[in-house]
Amino acid sequence: MNTSSSSLTKKAFERLFSNKLSLFGGIYILLLITLAIITPLIAPYDYAYQDLSLGPVGPTTDHLLGTDTLGRDLLTRMLYGSRISLMVGFLATMVALVIGVLWGAIAGFLGGRVDAIMMRIVDILYGIPFIILIILLMVIFGRNLVLLFMAIGAVEWLTMSRIVRSQVMSLSQQEFVLAAEAMGVSKKDIISRHLIPNAIGPVIVYATLTVPQIMLLEAFLSFLGLGVQAPMSSWGLLIRDGAVSMEEYWWLLVFPSLAFSLTLFSLNFIGDGLRDALDPRTGPN
Amino acid sequence: MISLILRRLATAIPVLLAVITLTFFMVHSAPGGPFDEEKAVSPEVLIKLNERYNLNEPLMVQYFDYLGNVLQGDFGPSFRYPSRSVTELISIGLPITFELALYAILFALMLGIIAGVVSSLRPNTAYDYIPMTVAMAGICIPSIILGPSLTLIFGIWLNWLPVTGWGDIPGDKILPTITLGTAYAAYCARLTRGGMLEILNQDFIRTARAKGLSEFRVVVVHALRGGLTPVIAFLGPAMAGLLAGSFVVETIFGIPGLGRFYVEAAFNRDYTMILGTSIFFSCLIIAFNLLSDLVAASLNPRLRDQ
Repeated sequence: MNTSSSSLTKKAFERLFSNKLSLFGGIYILLLITLAIITPLIAPYDYAYQDLSLGPVGPTTDHLLGTDTLGRDLLTRMLYGSRISLMVGFLATMVALVIGVLWGAIAGFLGGRVDAIMMRIVDILYGIPFIILIILLMVIFGRNLVLLFMAIGAVEWLTMSRIVRSQVMSLSQQEFVLAAEAMGVSKKDIISRHLIPNAIGPVIVYATLTVPQIMLLEAFLSFLGLGVQAPMSSWGLLIRDGAVSMEEYWWLLVFPSLAFSLTLFSLNFIGDGLRDALDPRTGPN
Repeated sequence: MISLILRRLATAIPVLLAVITLTFFMVHSAPGGPFDEEKAVSPEVLIKLNERYNLNEPLMVQYFDYLGNVLQGDFGPSFRYPSRSVTELISIGLPITFELALYAILFALMLGIIAGVVSSLRPNTAYDYIPMTVAMAGICIPSIILGPSLTLIFGIWLNWLPVTGWGDIPGDKILPTITLGTAYAAYCARLTRGGMLEILNQDFIRTARAKGLSEFRVVVVHALRGGLTPVIAFLGPAMAGLLAGSFVVETIFGIPGLGRFYVEAAFNRDYTMILGTSIFFSCLIIAFNLLSDLVAASLNPRLRDQ
């Protein structure tokens, strides 16, 4: 059992890393996460430090990516911004993952009337335009990051629960599960050995694709001025600042935009690569 | 078909009611009264103001009053522009937002369908890879980056196009349309490619070719009709997404549409305006989703019996 599953995992990794775009995406994201974690150690300045007498200057040796209109170091702000953007992306995805997997697995496993009611609730929630509600939340209760996580996470679990449910339902009908049952394998072992390892692929893929969606949502809110507030920073906020002053100071728009676009590309590439790697039915291409 | 419409309406109406209720109580539970700011208002004025905005009644009475008014299309007066009603402001902004969304969707369909057809005709060649890579980029780059970047390049550096306004200077509608439409053009291209690849392998296409029809006629008349089904099903969600996208695009380009009013109301804490526009946007989005469900069902008979 163990050898076959580890070789499957190994094969999946081989396939993932043979895809150059996913490899590039993976390296970029790992680098970014590392930088975000050690930001307080490596950031050249304090995130709230302003040098008003300096004002906005382009890239120099003192300020590698230049400074903004208040004389704040752009590289520092981008590093701190990456912490917020990544944290919102990953934590909200975790919230969505936990709710979605539990909801979907319970519905799929119990089936019958419970399933019908649970999925009906998901259907109804799908109809609600959540972007409006999230904006409303931010307006009314202030720009609270914890609230932002919870609100976004609470929105994004819907699709996850549908994926998990359909996985659980179709897997429990398949011959190898029926065979395991007939051979007297316990329910617990069926779930842990057969259902979870087989259902986990699409969940991982969808979670990877959820992270950029959530980061985008946070950037969208911060761009409108309804998310993270200065002197804290996030990429959405930096892009907003950049867009305001791009006429004279192009670097304020260009660098944060590049960092954010590359992140979104990388996460999408990893997601696509994982989808191909984890699905044994797709060919080597 | 009629039973399907009724069933979809049966879910849409509770959703709508839930949204109205939720937004109403969220806005009314906001900390701080709408008038306590800047200089204090005298008690007499406060009483008058509360009367005008119907804030003296118990909350439940206010709620049912509001619900009744909304059903008649009356969202009450705006807090910030007391001489104007929210309904009036919506009717000013809506045509502009719709015009922008319409241009964006036309741009997306034209570009997306052409790119999708081209790439589906020669799959796995440069004619396929290049448009699909561009499409991937179009999906990944968000409007908050695309809009300012296009403005910087075409508006400021090259000075080809105006960077703000709507209908004031010729050409000022081009950049907002591209900013809003690009992501949808990219989706359309991918959906068209997928739909066309499926259709082009079918027997009736081979028959059409065997009869000696021109390639143009085979592709445009025979294949495209079926190949576009996924694109049509996508139009409803796309319209809903375009409306939400208008918040950003109208803010970037200073377009006086509904999306900008919404964001401004959020900034000014204009509670009646936020409440009214939130409900209005939600209705629009729910309506478009309903419409696209119905169109998809009328195109695909298998969906009708679900």
